[in-house]
Amino acid sequence: MKPRWIGEGALLVLGLVAPFFVYPIFLMKALCLALFACAFNLLLGYTGLLSFGHAAFLGAAGYATAYAVKVMGVGPGLGILAGTLAAVALGFIFGNLVIRRQGIYFAMITLALAQLMYFLFLEAKFTGGEDGIQGIPRGRLLWVINLQDDLQMYYVVLAIFMFGFLLIRRTIHSPFGQVLKAIRENESRAVSLGYDVNKYKTLAFILSAGLAGLAGSTKAIVFSFVTLTDADWHTSGEVVLMTLLGGMGTVFGPIAGAFSIVTLQNQLADKVGSFVTVIMGAIFIVCVLLFRRGIVGELSALYDRVLGVRGGLPS
Amino acid sequence: MREIASIPTAALFGQLVLGLVNGCFYAMLSLGLSIIFGMLNIINFAHGAMYMMGAVFTWIALDQFGLGYWWALLLVPLVIGLVGIIIERTLLRPLYKLDNLYGLLLTFGLALVIEGLFRYRYGVSGLPYSIPETFQGALNLGFMYLPKYRGWVVVASLFVCISTWLVIERTPLGAYLRAGTENPALVQAFGINVPAMVTITYGVGVGLAGLAGVLAAPATQISPLMGSNVIIVVFAVVVIGGMSSILGSIVTGLGLGLIEGMTKVFYSQASDTVVFFIMAVVLLVRPAGLFGKER
Repeated sequence: MKPRWIGEGALLVLGLVAPFFVYPIFLMKALCLALFACAFNLLLGYTGLLSFGHAAFLGAAGYATAYAVKVMGVGPGLGILAGTLAAVALGFIFGNLVIRRQGIYFAMITLALAQLMYFLFLEAKFTGGEDGIQGIPRGRLLWVINLQDDLQMYYVVLAIFMFGFLLIRRTIHSPFGQVLKAIRENESRAVSLGYDVNKYKTLAFILSAGLAGLAGSTKAIVFSFVTLTDADWHTSGEVVLMTLLGGMGTVFGPIAGAFSIVTLQNQLADKVGSFVTVIMGAIFIVCVLLFRRGIVGELSALYDRVLGVRGGLPS
Repeated sequence: MREIASIPTAALFGQLVLGLVNGCFYAMLSLGLSIIFGMLNIINFAHGAMYMMGAVFTWIALDQFGLGYWWALLLVPLVIGLVGIIIERTLLRPLYKLDNLYGLLLTFGLALVIEGLFRYRYGVSGLPYSIPETFQGALNLGFMYLPKYRGWVVVASLFVCISTWLVIERTPLGAYLRAGTENPALVQAFGINVPAMVTITYGVGVGLAGLAGVLAAPATQISPLMGSNVIIVVFAVVVIGGMSSILGSIVTGLGLGLIEGMTKVFYSQASDTVVFFIMAVVLLVRPAGLFGKER
């Protein structure tokens, strides 16, 4: 095994044994959000684009899956596929709009478009408005895997997560990913080298949207419900925080960030109630002022310093 | 009763005035956002929180200190401006050498903290604030009754917006500001204290948001959540208008408020989304924004 696969191997082993030590529902929630954050990081960390509306994809995919499974009666596998495709379609539309304006406007436009989707979900008939869609049957995947069982469901979620994670990893290390990084570092230079920058950005946006959708669809099946919270701007903010806290532009950062934030929310929710927003905001401020490399970024820098090597942790 | 397209004219004009009032708030907020962006190169996500603070402080001034509307109109924008100056000095200053993404992220965190604190203290249900005595009742304009307070909000906001525009376009201070937006290093070389100018700009920008909050207090529900609802619409307004023109952001804000009001009359389901749809159309037709220049 090449050393650069150590991290991925450890992650898989950890994922396989985790449900014997930790409550599987918690793990599934964290894995879904980790995939969401990894998808988001592909844009922010590797392309330098800050989307403040990624909740739209999580929510749209969740609603599409819920509708397909509950109302149209398809199986969970097809349902997740339908949700992901819905997010890809939405990503295509958003991507082509948002690409028309440069710089910091990207964040404002994605936020506004996501708010548009939020209000559409609120008004539309099929989403159940404020109540959302409840009681989505988990059913059986491919006729054999009984998703009613939490442990079997967990391994399916782990498989989906690993698929998404490895796809992102593969993308980052591909020639396509190298161009994305070039755009992040110096967009005008990428243009002058002859790359159609807008095409690359749009593709990265669609891929990120689709994977965020995959996370949203899986989450809908796991919890058997979808609500407006998934499409809320707070959720868009949360995924930014997860990525920032974990370390943007690192492969494992968003996972660390997602697990930290979900753990924190679980621990704090009963104790401080709505005060949790204040704590999230404070973490944001501290991260931006003092901790811009995030957990994984700092660890990797520490590793470099201690061992005195260049290149750092396998990324 | 006269009607236009089967809508009674009184109701139509009523909604138009309401739309214009909202448009005034959009104009004042996007004006502050544009000034701050011009000087600091930061999108101030906390702008909505400052607007909310303006309204809640107005309520607190009356409830805790017995200070009425007029005192609030004078003092609250100053207090918010001061809060802004402290924020700029302590939190924003370290960020100027970084990518402007970080400014957005930090002010987003700040908005969460402020909104969360106020929500923790005052809950989400609205705080009551009655219209000051001078402005109770309505004027009969012949074709409609104009509630006096709404008329006052429109007049006062227009006055503030136009004065701000005149100060920036016609005074030496405004000339420094415009020069500082173009090339801070050169302005600094001419012996002008640019860091102080940056601080004041942020203070004035959020002070305008605070003023909008005071004006909004008797007209809308005062709630800790009122800021985040408005700021996203204002972002869309700013995208539609483009941030490079001061007058452009004022006109866009007012216009979109009117359109929102019209939508409420003719197709109320779309009133929450119409601004975002217009943004999408503008991005397709004129990507730089109505008053924007491609940079």
